Amino acid sequence: MASYRFNLVKRVPQFSSSLYRIARRCCSIYTTPVDTNEPTFDKILIANRGEIACRVMQTCKRMGIKTVAIFSEADRHALHAQMADEAMYVGPAPSNQSYLVMDRIMDIIRKTGAQAVHPGYGFLSENKEFAKKLADEGVAFIGPPSGAIQAMGDKIESKLLAKDAKVNVIPGFDGVVKDADEAVQIANDIGYPVMIKASAGGGGKGMRIAWNDQEARDGFRLSSQEAASSFGDDRLLIEKFIDNPRHIEMQVLADSHGNALYLNERECSIQRRNQKVVEEAPSIFLDPDTRRAMGEQAVALARAVDYTSAGTVEFLVDSQKNFYFLEMNTRLQVEHPITECITGVDIVQQMIRVAKGHELTIKQSDIPIRGWAVECRVYAEDPYKSFGLPSIGWLSRYQEPTHLPKVRCDSGIQEGSEISMYYDPMISKLVTYGDNREEALQNMCRALDNYVIRGVTHNIPLLQEIIAHPRFVSGDINTKFLYEEYPDGFQGRQLSDAEQKEVAAMAACIYLRDQVRAGAFKNENRMPLQPVNPAAWDITAIVQGQEMPATVTENKDNFTVTIDGQTLTVNKDWSIAAAVLDATINGQQNTFQCISRKGDEIKLQYKGTVFKVEVLPKKATDYSHLMPEKPKVEASGEVRSPMAGSLVSISVQPGQDVAIGQEVCVIEAMKMQNSLTADRSGKVKAVHFETGTNVSEDDLILELE
Amino acid sequence: MAALVKYSRALVTFSKNPASLSLLRAGCPRFCSGDVMSASVHDRIEEKRRAALLGGGQRRIDAQHKKGKLTARERVDLLVDPGTFVEYDMFAEHRCSDFGMEKDENKFPGDGVVTGHGRIHGRPVYLFSQDFTVFGGSLSSVHAGKICKIMDQAMLTGVPVIGLNDSGGARIQEGVESLAGYADIFQRNVEASGMVPQISLIMGPCAGGAVYSPALTDFTFMVKDTSYLFITGPDVVKSVTREEVTQEELGGAKTHTTLSGVAHRAFENDIDALLRLREFYNFLPLSNRDPAPIRPTEDPADRLCPVLDHLVPLDSHKPYNMLDVIQALIDEEDFFEIMPKYAKNIVVGFARMNGRTVGIVGNQPKVASGCLDINASVKGARFVRFCDAFNIPLITFVDVPGFLPGTSQEFNGIIRHGAKLLYAYSEATVPKITVITRKAYGGAYDVMASKHVKADINYAWPTAEVAVMGAKGAVSIIFRGDQDQAKKEAEYVEKFANPFPAAIRGFVDDILEPRMTRQRICRDLDLLSTKKESRPWKKHANLPL
Repeated sequence: MASYRFNLVKRVPQFSSSLYRIARRCCSIYTTPVDTNEPTFDKILIANRGEIACRVMQTCKRMGIKTVAIFSEADRHALHAQMADEAMYVGPAPSNQSYLVMDRIMDIIRKTGAQAVHPGYGFLSENKEFAKKLADEGVAFIGPPSGAIQAMGDKIESKLLAKDAKVNVIPGFDGVVKDADEAVQIANDIGYPVMIKASAGGGGKGMRIAWNDQEARDGFRLSSQEAASSFGDDRLLIEKFIDNPRHIEMQVLADSHGNALYLNERECSIQRRNQKVVEEAPSIFLDPDTRRAMGEQAVALARAVDYTSAGTVEFLVDSQKNFYFLEMNTRLQVEHPITECITGVDIVQQMIRVAKGHELTIKQSDIPIRGWAVECRVYAEDPYKSFGLPSIGWLSRYQEPTHLPKVRCDSGIQEGSEISMYYDPMISKLVTYGDNREEALQNMCRALDNYVIRGVTHNIPLLQEIIAHPRFVSGDINTKFLYEEYPDGFQGRQLSDAEQKEVAAMAACIYLRDQVRAGAFKNENRMPLQPVNPAAWDITAIVQGQEMPATVTENKDNFTVTIDGQTLTVNKDWSIAAAVLDATINGQQNTFQCISRKGDEIKLQYKGTVFKVEVLPKKATDYSHLMPEKPKVEASGEVRSPMAGSLVSISVQPGQDVAIGQEVCVIEAMKMQNSLTADRSGKVKAVHFETGTNVSEDDLILELE
Repeated sequence: MAALVKYSRALVTFSKNPASLSLLRAGCPRFCSGDVMSASVHDRIEEKRRAALLGGGQRRIDAQHKKGKLTARERVDLLVDPGTFVEYDMFAEHRCSDFGMEKDENKFPGDGVVTGHGRIHGRPVYLFSQDFTVFGGSLSSVHAGKICKIMDQAMLTGVPVIGLNDSGGARIQEGVESLAGYADIFQRNVEASGMVPQISLIMGPCAGGAVYSPALTDFTFMVKDTSYLFITGPDVVKSVTREEVTQEELGGAKTHTTLSGVAHRAFENDIDALLRLREFYNFLPLSNRDPAPIRPTEDPADRLCPVLDHLVPLDSHKPYNMLDVIQALIDEEDFFEIMPKYAKNIVVGFARMNGRTVGIVGNQPKVASGCLDINASVKGARFVRFCDAFNIPLITFVDVPGFLPGTSQEFNGIIRHGAKLLYAYSEATVPKITVITRKAYGGAYDVMASKHVKADINYAWPTAEVAVMGAKGAVSIIFRGDQDQAKKEAEYVEKFANPFPAAIRGFVDDILEPRMTRQRICRDLDLLSTKKESRPWKKHANLPL
């Protein structure tokens, strides 16, 4: 009952400061001014949530357009709902009952009198039915016409259209190859290198790459033998092999007056499981000619489907700079901010103008490449498990590094927000820019160091590693980068000896500061007359299992830490209570984050990765060798009912993989819902109860294998 | 071998202790007239001192280490600030002459316990550390006398007592004298109770009558896997009740911190326990005549906590973690939780606000909806009484649906035990600040430091609901037989499921945005630091037991 108390979220004045921060943070990059005399919509509904809803609203505010947000049960307090002029409840948390329910959204449009809808990305953004419904009601859809959505939404049709528009598509032979001679013939038609693969195959079996005629012959022979033995079917196909493929895409913009242009490219090769992780604009790989050729083909394709609004044409590019059409995304892309940074064009503003029927005021020749921009997608996920498995949680502390210069952070969350299981686990898009790639990357490194996220597991360790990776820095990347560089999965940063000492020294200084303060009572008159603390403290810091005996001294202006005969000087002007510690070690700037301080265990984030450092007084370390090694208590893998109650829901099935901390069922007792979680990762062996049944205290509900 | 080297190093540290050296020098000229005498007394002193430092001898020390335990002296060395330990009665020896005890090889200077005083982060502490290497740490009358001596001084000076327990029990050879020794300690435990904080750290066996000394102290901590507390051991249990049970199951740290509630917290090993104890000690005032300690903090007192604004779910059936509320509000997220694994439906522990020690009590909606049951009431009551006894302000976070219903609760006396918490809160005269985060239903609302039990300041968050009971129950009584229960429920929610009914009556002093809570509490604590409240004279009150 209580949950339906308010349908309309009223503006609360105390949020104005954070709203100001959000409104301010990206306006400075735009060079496309707002013409206040130009007619525009009075009110726009944003049929989306999270960062993209906030992003669209910023431009609406800039253009003086009122905004309507929709929010689900889980998003009642979400930033996008607070930011909008009006916020309307759209349904329960699952998106198929809220953000995807067209009828509800249509109702809200009628109720609020919104004249246009911006769909963001995902949800209904590429749904032609939704576009049609809006058209029927005379509401503008801020996006391409439904014909273009339909044409580009179909893989086969879009490829044929692209071919007709003289856009390069991956050449291949669609029939079955008869013999080796034909194979060579086809390979020559396509152009080397080619991939010969079993038509029945998959997973690399019966697959050969040929760079010349001889290899094509051999490949045909070997592949057909292998195909016959593996699949009992020796038929083969040949298609162009894209070696070291890069994913490079072109941003296009078109209006309904026949104007179309491209806003240059974005390089999105750093991916995992076909999802982009790090993007940059421009691409280090393209020369002006290739860029122009790609851009012109992208524009040609847009014209071929009478495209309007913003869209993206994705290409695969091989090591010889040959590029091939992949698909066209008929929406605003996640990674559009980097294009905005280098071109100064507010893409959302242009989308709104085009939707209103205005002509593009910019020309192709007006589109610059101003410096360099990099985007990291910051996700709530564990990067140590297949480069990122989603995690959920409550942001107990959250500070975006937007106080730093040349940083833009697009997010839809704030301190106290919940990252729920219902939606995409993206926390934010962190964008940095600079006059050149080096500067942009340096800014990114600093921004990641200063980004405070507590309460959920996030992928900053991985992002920090990627942008500092020598291969990435040199620009030698492809879509398989992560799998090539981390074949055994990502393990976190491996510290050098010098870095290990820096981490130990910082932890030692934090420890000393805490210890000195522990004896500095303000209202105690029974302290000894002589000083309580020694001049130099003998301690042992244990970093990554390595014991490092050290001597720490507090001086007037700094700390000195002597480890292994080497003296490190650490500055003093940082606070033990702050999340980010700007330390200067031997004159070198270092950014640490103190994640937690529990007894003698200090968790420090350094260069992205969190290190656990134990700091003990020396005599405790001497005695510690007498303490027995305790066997690690294995998590039981059992989920038992902590109380009597009824099982409201069970969210897993036998055979399903669960992650540690994942909710497996919910018990209602005392009219309260208690969520039970898995105490380790594993496969569900058995579920002993059904939804709706009653359980007693300590009943075994579920077991893991 | 390594152990031997290390031990001899510890020995050197002790003999270098400046206090003991100066004592030696001062003592010599006065008592010794001739050179021969001087040499022999000097030698005897040295010899006894050496023997005392070696306890039960190297073989037994090695055995102690093999069990993963430190020796009594090593423990003292870790617990107090370097060079501050001053030992008493190092030369004390037992006077038992039965069963061959009078023989020289059966005399150990110190008699199985190291006693004295030292400092922890500069502040004084009296302590005793039982030495398992001497007669298994068994308690003789001399052993007991040593403990009583430091306890008497602790009371005179207003300094806390820490006991490191590692003892097999009574010294059977001494018979009733040993029992008398126990009783002497118990009596002092009771006399010191409420005067100076008393802390027991169980670091080995503690069985039989011996358990009652820790039970009488304010806090009992245990070391995992190496400490046991029971009235009778597994063998006796088996012969009497035929139950088969291991030492660990019967009286290990897990049993006492999760099941029985005898111990307040368990630590990984001796080192962890002693270092944590140093941290814990810093939260406490030295005596009931001292104020709650204040130390510098780098966490601003006026820090806003926007993170709390939407922490409490609107749907009142949905749980949240009260520890998140506590961690966000206190200084530097530094919370020393007491009994974290027992009666988890209530959270108690020490924290600091603007540097000042406070006692925190909070209902935990995450566990059993945060309701009050027998265990939670007793856990809360004992903590509240400790804070009240030692001038530690109490901050209470209320989200309580009521007392737990059921036959097991009623049969076991929830009325009697629930009354303890009510009693403790009503009796407490320290500053009492209360924040109602969500539900404050029924009698449990009264109990949880409401204005009606003389709490100084009560705040309600906008999500607070102060009512006799939840909407469903209330409507089924008020509108019994009414067809449209849902509508009436909505009416009830509209009327009572908000902070206004309490606010208009002045039962809450203000409705507070959650983000402002830290700021306000810090200000209130400054203001209330001069609070003086006295109750009519009585010999003592009569807490329902």
